[in-house]
Amino acid sequence: MQTKAKVIKNIEVAPKYYRIILFCPQIVKEALPGQFLEIKVTEKIEPFLRRPFSINRISGKHIEILYEIKGKGTRLLSRIRAGNYLDIIGPLGNGFSYQPKLSQGKIILVAGGMGVAPLFFLAGKIKEIKNQKSKIKNLVLIGAKTKKQVLCEQEFKKMGYEVRIATDDGSGGFKGTVTELLKKMLSDFGLRPSIIYACGPRPMLKALSVLSARRNINTQVSLEEHMACGIGACLGCVVKLKTQKSKGKIDFEYRRVCKDGPVFDAREVVW
Amino acid sequence: MMAVNLGKLKLKNPVMVASGTFGYAEEFSGFMDLRKLGAVITKTITLKPRPGNPMPRTCETPAGMLNSIGLENPGIEDFLKKKSDYLKKLKVPIIVSIASEDSPDEFITLAKRLDKEYFVSAIELNISCPNIKKAGSKRKSEKLIAQDPKATYDLVKKVRKATKKTLITKLSPNVTDITKIAMAAENAGSDTLSLINTLGAMSIDILNKKPKLAAITGGLSGPAIRPVALRMVWEAYRKVKIPLIGLGGIIDTESAIEFFLAGASAVAVGTGNFINPKTSLEIIEGIKKYLSANKIRDIRKITGALNI
Repeated sequence: MQTKAKVIKNIEVAPKYYRIILFCPQIVKEALPGQFLEIKVTEKIEPFLRRPFSINRISGKHIEILYEIKGKGTRLLSRIRAGNYLDIIGPLGNGFSYQPKLSQGKIILVAGGMGVAPLFFLAGKIKEIKNQKSKIKNLVLIGAKTKKQVLCEQEFKKMGYEVRIATDDGSGGFKGTVTELLKKMLSDFGLRPSIIYACGPRPMLKALSVLSARRNINTQVSLEEHMACGIGACLGCVVKLKTQKSKGKIDFEYRRVCKDGPVFDAREVVW
Repeated sequence: MMAVNLGKLKLKNPVMVASGTFGYAEEFSGFMDLRKLGAVITKTITLKPRPGNPMPRTCETPAGMLNSIGLENPGIEDFLKKKSDYLKKLKVPIIVSIASEDSPDEFITLAKRLDKEYFVSAIELNISCPNIKKAGSKRKSEKLIAQDPKATYDLVKKVRKATKKTLITKLSPNVTDITKIAMAAENAGSDTLSLINTLGAMSIDILNKKPKLAAITGGLSGPAIRPVALRMVWEAYRKVKIPLIGLGGIIDTESAIEFFLAGASAVAVGTGNFINPKTSLEIIEGIKKYLSANKIRDIRKITGALNI
């Protein structure tokens, strides 16, 4: 649906990282983890297109979004003050699948940079359906450039998740990529997760899908892509998915990240 | 007061949605009452399925965007099997856009196939897509049909013989003189013309020195091209008698009215659908208000009513 949402708060939570809180009760009713919103950041003609943002959290009748200032769209968004209204479309796309049967074993969430945003919403939903008596502690791995850019760490811990950090410069936790951290943890502790959920930059998801395919771990990835319409009409944000193997050659078909995704089974994506 | 005729095709209002910007209509069903539209023009259909071009396929530009989707579509048979059920139920005229890949004769095959389909109100000939290349060639087609008056005439003439449906020829702005192409299509029997398709364009990322589109060049759309489109509608209006469909950067009532005054009998909203899915419906209401505020009884009175 398309609606005007009132901005309740729009604050910087780390250098260049912002959290915006929007009052939009109708969208709250329908939103699922992994889905996103298309936001018009200005009433003017520039920048021209809407911007897609995944949902980070739902609290009451509010939707929270985490974003990083990347270009003129997000810069304008960061200047919008509480009390103003934003034209938003959503919730859009197919989110993560998190049926109880998938949640029986250990679940690992792997976030790269801003990829933490939709995984936090998912973590809350998993907690709701997870057997309260289960002693298996779920794990969150968060990768960032530096310690300052690690988001949601305390919030995940409060929800009962074990959290490990990887930073490129080693300023916090493991020095290296979040995928290297995952590999180390799978080997060192012999972890056999029932499922991995991941979101982050494309190279990270590619490395992760190679790793999880080798170990035959069910993995869902949420892809980021520039979008024009966000509702499946323009075919501007496609990803290659494997179809069938014919004569050793992998056939592919294009699927829309906005409408058929943004969450896909990592084994199906042609990286 | 809003009804218009495009050849045999009767529309309850003159606002349509442009090919390639509205999918197969179903994508927009959750955002608006589709039955209020003047007509729906589908994404272009080819004879065989087309996977489309590599990513990235779009990028934002000043007051617009580039695209090089490459006519991704399921091909005519799958379109009729899988995508047309929804369109058949819509109580709105459906215009199917078609294009050829290897040989212009594919237009004839497609037109004959669609001629049998009762739900098709009209056929739009997309002879102006800048994003397809000939089979086996790495480069895009050197010349579009819409860049050659004789090729346009020959093609429209052949398709005219293949179908009784209303024919719309979609023209390219990437020409020296659009009136020559417009007249060629009219002389060959086109009932209406759509103008304009996207403008050939490109954009570069200066950090990695790469083109922003995988196909290097693409088509520019959005308000950035509106003044060009308007000028071409105005030029064509003075040379041809058949009705014109104006499009190019229409995002609100004011921009739609401009096209009527320049000579359009109807308009189509394209890229504007991406920004606000309800753009077309808001324009329909806006035109009604404009007409009543200016005591104009009939939308047809403002076509070409430019004061000069």
